[in-house]
Amino acid sequence: MAKGLDIKDVNIYYGAFKAVEDVNLTINPRSVTAFIGPSGCGKSTVLRTLNRMHEVIPGGRVEGTISLDGQDLYAADVDPVAVRRTVGMVFQRPNPFPTMTIFDNVVAGLRLNGIKDKTQLQEAAERSLQGANLWNEVKDRLNKPGAGLSGGQQQRLCIARAIAVEPKVLLMDEPCSALDPISTLAIEDLIEQLKADYTIVIVTHNMQQAARVSDRTAFFNLKATGQPGRLVEVGPTRTIFEQPVQEATEAYVSGRFG
Amino acid sequence: MTATSASRAGAELSGPFSFASRTAYHVEAADVATEEPPKLTRGSAIRRVKDVVAKVVMWAAFGLALIPLAWILYTVVSNGVELLLASTWWTNSQRNINATDAGGGAVHAIQGTLIQAGVTGAISVPVGVFTAIYLVEYGRGRLARAISFMVDILSGVPSIVAALFVYAVWVTTLGFQRVGFAVCLALVLLMIPVVVRSTEEMLKLVPNELREASYALGVPKWITITKVVLPTAFSGIVTGVLLGLARVMGETAPLLILGPYTKNIATNLFDGYMPTLPTMINQDRTELGIDTAVDRMWASALTLILLVLLLNLIGRLLARRSGVRH
Repeated sequence: MAKGLDIKDVNIYYGAFKAVEDVNLTINPRSVTAFIGPSGCGKSTVLRTLNRMHEVIPGGRVEGTISLDGQDLYAADVDPVAVRRTVGMVFQRPNPFPTMTIFDNVVAGLRLNGIKDKTQLQEAAERSLQGANLWNEVKDRLNKPGAGLSGGQQQRLCIARAIAVEPKVLLMDEPCSALDPISTLAIEDLIEQLKADYTIVIVTHNMQQAARVSDRTAFFNLKATGQPGRLVEVGPTRTIFEQPVQEATEAYVSGRFG
Repeated sequence: MTATSASRAGAELSGPFSFASRTAYHVEAADVATEEPPKLTRGSAIRRVKDVVAKVVMWAAFGLALIPLAWILYTVVSNGVELLLASTWWTNSQRNINATDAGGGAVHAIQGTLIQAGVTGAISVPVGVFTAIYLVEYGRGRLARAISFMVDILSGVPSIVAALFVYAVWVTTLGFQRVGFAVCLALVLLMIPVVVRSTEEMLKLVPNELREASYALGVPKWITITKVVLPTAFSGIVTGVLLGLARVMGETAPLLILGPYTKNIATNLFDGYMPTLPTMINQDRTELGIDTAVDRMWASALTLILLVLLLNLIGRLLARRSGVRH
């Protein structure tokens, strides 16, 4: 079910501005890969290229190849919509659809793609909410608005919504940065469970979080403001935090800069 | 900053995940505490005076703005309510009733106004909403800028110019008669920019995060727009449409030029004159000095106000039933 990603010679642009340069990276299936680095180093940008969300921004452009189990996501005949069904995404701020109930939010991806069968939707809703550790909290109020939940619950609702369409890869863009420590813990536990079925890539500013949840860590940095971001080093999380090869990585993880 | 450099040094010494930096912050906090305590008592007398003055000015402005509104309502209601209470007002037309006669009703004009507003809305809302969707969701570059500019120009066109334009096309060029539909065409020109502008503003208010959330689920753009963006903006769009409708329902210039008054019931948009409330008001105004006509004028004015109010209430209800849930 889960699949790995291969990122080769990738350059990413916003219009004429080169935001990220020369990224080469392999993301293993059924594991958690963390992207860390200072603000503006392009880690979120790289993440957004993995499901072709980068090009939603006017002027957004990608060079190089990103392949999912050998299949190039940027090949000419690839439909970005289909890519996003395979590679799901959870955003920094919880963003449930304000017009929809909890139930409708969870099955939004299925329903908006034309699945109408009631029992199928109900099963998917329960399975996804269970998967996101939210079922027990909301099972009695599935018809209440999704926006009425607490921030942590909303974020888990968004995770449930993302896994309801059964993606192969789950991208998380700082999923806990707007949450309190308890909710953060709930999400981190969830990531630990999800990794059995999904390939997870998580962008985080919180290095302890990267150390806690990820198997591999990629450190991004930029030489100076206005310069493109680069992948400095990637490796098993323990190595990155304890014996990084690059000096910049060492400086960053030890808190000497950034 | 010695405290910061101390924390850096601490971090260096004890490696990753050290809590040395926290100790450094405590030191900093202690430094602050020795300073003079901040002044938390009430501000100066001058500031309080300014506050009172500002308050008085704002309430006065509000009251001033309220005076004409209350005055209009009072005049129209007190002069017009009597005829509205007669049941014939809502069932009869003015057929065979002279200016000096009492009696008869406004049903012909009410029907005309509702029909024309309905047809105008049915044409303007789709055109306006789709234009706004194009401008917000798709439009980039020159074409979008040109359309946006055109809408600006259109919203500045005086209603009489729109009416004359339709007259020139409909009557002079195409050789048709002055009928209800021609009025609708002129009203469409006036309503489209209102709908475009208000819908555009509402669509812009929909957070981009919702669009991205939908895209990230593998939902195509057009479904994202119809099922996520439009429902989120729905109540705002309805409000804009109602404002546009209220505007065209009270519009008079196109009616005077393209839709002369008649006292008979007329429901065919393509044949004969179609009476409306504004033209009825105007008709009875010309009979000034005749009490029965003056009464009718006030009554039709009140009827028009009530119609717009009713439309607003229906719209509010519609907007509440669907849209953002709280």
